[in-house]
Amino acid sequence: MHLLLALLVGVLFAAGVYLILQRHLLRIIFGLILLGNAVNLLVFTVGRAARLAPPLIPEGMTVPPEVTANPLPQALVLTAIVISFGLVAFALVLAYRAYATLGTTDTDALENDAPSPADLATNGRAPADEDAAEASPSSPDPVPSDDLAR
Amino acid sequence: MTWLLILPVLIPLAAAVASMLLRRAPRAQRVLNVAGTGALLVVASLLLAGVWQQGPQALQVGGWTAPFGITLVADLLGAVMVLITAVVGLAVAVYGLGSIDATRERFYYHPLYQLLLMGVCGAFLTGDLFNLYVWFEVLLIASFVLLVLGNDRAQVRGAVTYVIINLVASLCFLAGVGLLYGLTGTLNMADLSLRLAEVDAPGLVTAIAMLFVIAFGVKAAVFPLFFWLPASYHTPPIAVAAVFAGLLTKVGVYAFLRVFTLLFHHDVGVTHTLLLVVAGLTMVTGVLGAAAQQDVRKILSFHIISQIGYMIMGLALFTPLALVGAIFYIVHHIIVKANLFLVAGVAERIVGSFDLKHLGGLYKAHPWLAILFIIPAFSLAGFPPLSGFWAKLILIKAGLDVGAYVIVGVALVVGLLTLFSMTKIWNGAFWTPLAEGLALRPARRRGVMLMVGPVTVLAVLTLVIGLWAEPFFQFATEAAATLLDRTEYIEAVLGPGAMAATPPAP
Repeated sequence: MHLLLALLVGVLFAAGVYLILQRHLLRIIFGLILLGNAVNLLVFTVGRAARLAPPLIPEGMTVPPEVTANPLPQALVLTAIVISFGLVAFALVLAYRAYATLGTTDTDALENDAPSPADLATNGRAPADEDAAEASPSSPDPVPSDDLAR
Repeated sequence: MTWLLILPVLIPLAAAVASMLLRRAPRAQRVLNVAGTGALLVVASLLLAGVWQQGPQALQVGGWTAPFGITLVADLLGAVMVLITAVVGLAVAVYGLGSIDATRERFYYHPLYQLLLMGVCGAFLTGDLFNLYVWFEVLLIASFVLLVLGNDRAQVRGAVTYVIINLVASLCFLAGVGLLYGLTGTLNMADLSLRLAEVDAPGLVTAIAMLFVIAFGVKAAVFPLFFWLPASYHTPPIAVAAVFAGLLTKVGVYAFLRVFTLLFHHDVGVTHTLLLVVAGLTMVTGVLGAAAQQDVRKILSFHIISQIGYMIMGLALFTPLALVGAIFYIVHHIIVKANLFLVAGVAERIVGSFDLKHLGGLYKAHPWLAILFIIPAFSLAGFPPLSGFWAKLILIKAGLDVGAYVIVGVALVVGLLTLFSMTKIWNGAFWTPLAEGLALRPARRRGVMLMVGPVTVLAVLTLVIGLWAEPFFQFATEAAATLLDRTEYIEAVLGPGAMAATPPAP
């Protein structure tokens, strides 16, 4: 059981690392999701996953009657899942906004895109039309057509 | 008095929730933001006074005894970090009143700011490694939204890098936490410190330590993991950038200090030597990066990186005096760096640009602003008698004491190059005449006055630390002694006699 889980963790890590090395923003986010799951499984596995009784204490007793499974790694993983859910949701919205405002999801193009003069003029004081979380599909910025074709 | 420990987390949370409910009343939100950070300052002062008099304090939340429950601990380092967070938090909150636009206010700038402070304070006070991860995530998500708030092209571009690299670092951190739990069966940091001494697998412990080096290294922006910082810190409004520059990377440095004194101190030859190399390279690359920039905010961003190198150098030398230097450096640096960003914001408000090519004529028009810039700038470069001089002096003395001449040489040269960058800003923004066709805007406006007030207060603080360094040095000495000794910290969490009760390592 542990060996299988360890192998799965390794495969997930490898796939995740491969994906975050890609240039496409969505693939990077998929890589983050895989890595997140790999880490969660890792925490679960090193916390001694085994088929044991649930950690419940019967009425009238102060300690469980038999050896129970360790609930703590599950609590940790549950917390980590909730956190990574929130962060991945944010990252997806950000990727969408990057596509809408910058017109590309290619990370190389993101880096090399020099800021336009208008951008410089309003930098830091640009009026915010919408919250990042309330992204609207219509973007005020022009989207280069060659990027749309990808 | 232990209940005080929960307040630095509860106050910002309450302020954030209340101002989210008051979405349609920006004025009430502003009052709440300043009042919340003001209350945080009072509580942090009380907390520090209590820790100074009675030693480290621990609070077992919910009454579950350590190491099973959630523990909050304040030792001198944690308490002073909370205090300095409150000082910078209040200064930037007031500054934000004059500089944050109405649209950002409508989209929850104030609540997010409070949530960010909550995450930072929580990270400084937690006594549990997994909770440290959770607090990191809290401050990260708040910083993500603050960074993109406004939806500017440059902001989105910077945020993509920032978000992805920080998520990867968090995953490294979580993997390290999980492996440590598998090795020791505990996550309470005081308990971990005792249990790790019993673990008979030095290679495994060092390997896990490396995961933490990467995780905290990204957060603290050390070489070669710093690229996200200059890509993103110049994009948000200057009030947000200042609080990021002052506090966020220092949470990473704090985590380094905490974890590599309390947990990973068994194999100093490997871990701390690596940190020393990293520290030197961080200083050099940061300061060279700054030399190539023309935007004031980018110059200052690169200087954050080179200054982080000094703090890591203090930890890596791992002598009592070096840790004193690191703690002194963090306290001085948070104030000075935030202040430099704030001054840059005032200059931008008057001239209309952050670019050294466009800036100019400020000394002639506003000599007071030049003085407000020169104090933190000289302090950053390490001019006597300002605070940065003492911080560097302690570190260099500590380096000479152990014969680490290479790192001392690097630190001195980097100090000189820092002065070069500061002179560049001075020349470009203050000394040279304003470019033709540009006009200065009037400075005597309410918004600008709200920005200058906090700048002045922080500059005075820099002067106080510099001219009256003795008590600060003594304080840092005590804090470093607690870090290195560990007994006080562990007994505060696990109860008296915890150190003695542990069986010696087999």
